[in-house]
Amino acid sequence: MFSWFGKVSFVPYSKVADFAVHLKDGRLMGSLCKKCGYQTFPPRADCPECMSPDFSFQEYSGRGEIYTFTRTTAAPVGFDDIAPYTIIVVELEGGGRLVAWQGESLTEDDVRIGRPVQVVPRVWEKGEEIKVYYTAEQPGTTWNKAPAPHLG
Amino acid sequence: MSRVGVIGAGHGKFGRRSDATVQELAFEAFRMAMEDAGIEREVLDASVIAAVPEYHKQRSVAGVVQEYLNLNPRPTWLTEVACASGSAAIRTAWMAIQSGLHDVVAVIGCQKMTEMETAEILALMGRVGEVQWESIFGTTFPGYYAMFAQRHMHEFGTTHEQMLAVGVKNHHYGALNPNALFQKEITLEKALESEPVSSPFCVYDCCANADGAACLILANEEKARAISDKVVWLDGVGAATASMSVLRRPNLVGLPSAEEAARRAYQMAGVTARDIKVAEVHDCFTVAEIMAYEDLGFCRKGEGGRYIAERRSYIGGEVAVNVDGGLKSKGHPIGATGVSMAYEIVKQLRGESGKRQVPNAGVGLTHNVGGIGQYTFVHVFKRD
Repeated sequence: MFSWFGKVSFVPYSKVADFAVHLKDGRLMGSLCKKCGYQTFPPRADCPECMSPDFSFQEYSGRGEIYTFTRTTAAPVGFDDIAPYTIIVVELEGGGRLVAWQGESLTEDDVRIGRPVQVVPRVWEKGEEIKVYYTAEQPGTTWNKAPAPHLG
Repeated sequence: MSRVGVIGAGHGKFGRRSDATVQELAFEAFRMAMEDAGIEREVLDASVIAAVPEYHKQRSVAGVVQEYLNLNPRPTWLTEVACASGSAAIRTAWMAIQSGLHDVVAVIGCQKMTEMETAEILALMGRVGEVQWESIFGTTFPGYYAMFAQRHMHEFGTTHEQMLAVGVKNHHYGALNPNALFQKEITLEKALESEPVSSPFCVYDCCANADGAACLILANEEKARAISDKVVWLDGVGAATASMSVLRRPNLVGLPSAEEAARRAYQMAGVTARDIKVAEVHDCFTVAEIMAYEDLGFCRKGEGGRYIAERRSYIGGEVAVNVDGGLKSKGHPIGATGVSMAYEIVKQLRGESGKRQVPNAGVGLTHNVGGIGQYTFVHVFKRD
């Protein structure tokens, strides 16, 4: 399932593969160590602090602010069809950062360091394969979530 | 502790070398280094090869280089830490000599990059960012450094003009280096007009992929003194790492691995940043050189933009930086770069750099960064 995540997948398998299923359901998940309570985004199966391999997913609000960004003109293989595109690093409420694309609700002027944004889970509409990702949007942007998380 | 000395150095032409294989490039640099040292192959105990394997069709490139240099049956091994592979090779040679296992070791950095398309190289290099969570959004190598640049501008008021001033300086000196890919001066105006790559960077913020090779011959103190009367000593070898994901770094205005590697190298060599007269720093992108001034202690954090604007990194300034043209003008054959940096410092400390000679250069350093600061090696060199 982890191969669902991203436009091009480089890592099809992971112990946190259900991250992609949760994202498809509209939930952004980090991880919580069951032993010492260490919380992190992106999620990791194995705790870097106490070395416990027992974790659970922990939902993040996706609220955050722009930490840095870049508008990419020279795109790598697999991304030339969407270039130019803007990559935004979001510092998340609850800690951790992620890479997201600039969403359609943000104008070029909105893309400024420190500006509040909402990370929104997305399912790629084109093509037959399931592809999930997220975009950075205006604060307050809403989206559909599946009724209840059906995975650990 | 006894010392490890450089007794020979060689450097081939960097550029689009459609005339040669990777082992033929390695041979050019090796031959020069052996002539420079004035030794025959019998004196060598082993070799260390630096190359990033993904660029070559030949699997396990150390083997083909070792055969072509006619160094069989001596041991060889490959070092790989992305763009810092060359310095990793120097470090492992230093270790092999200090352990007493080998007395004289050849270090050969070599890379052929231009057989691949630019978009393929962008894809490959972008994957030195974390591939599970980041590369899937089309992050690129220039893009990562561009995001450092945005933070540096935001936090310290550094300007894009200051960044491009690094490129102008490095082309100024690269124009005087016969081994450089681009041997021509550029102007700030021309640089500002160049094509966008990843904001704020344009083409003139970025170094170029290249083919090339460089070689050093290292020896233990006893052999070095017996063989050479112009030994340059490798007295400080500092290395450190930082998270693969730059998103997990405490900040994006410097490289913590570079600060730590510098601290260790200075301490080992018994010097401070103030003693450094000539430096080769990893200017893969213009902001990287500005951050290097700060991480190495040439100026305080945040002052790097002003440092270049005030020409303090030119010859005649405080520390002459990248006076061989740097990665920007010389080109960046990634496996060769760390060895190429060391070559320049060796020549400078010997006083053999001609028009680019830094006066009274007694202590110099190399600052070689792998990836986006996941690995940094800082080496301090001294003349007796």
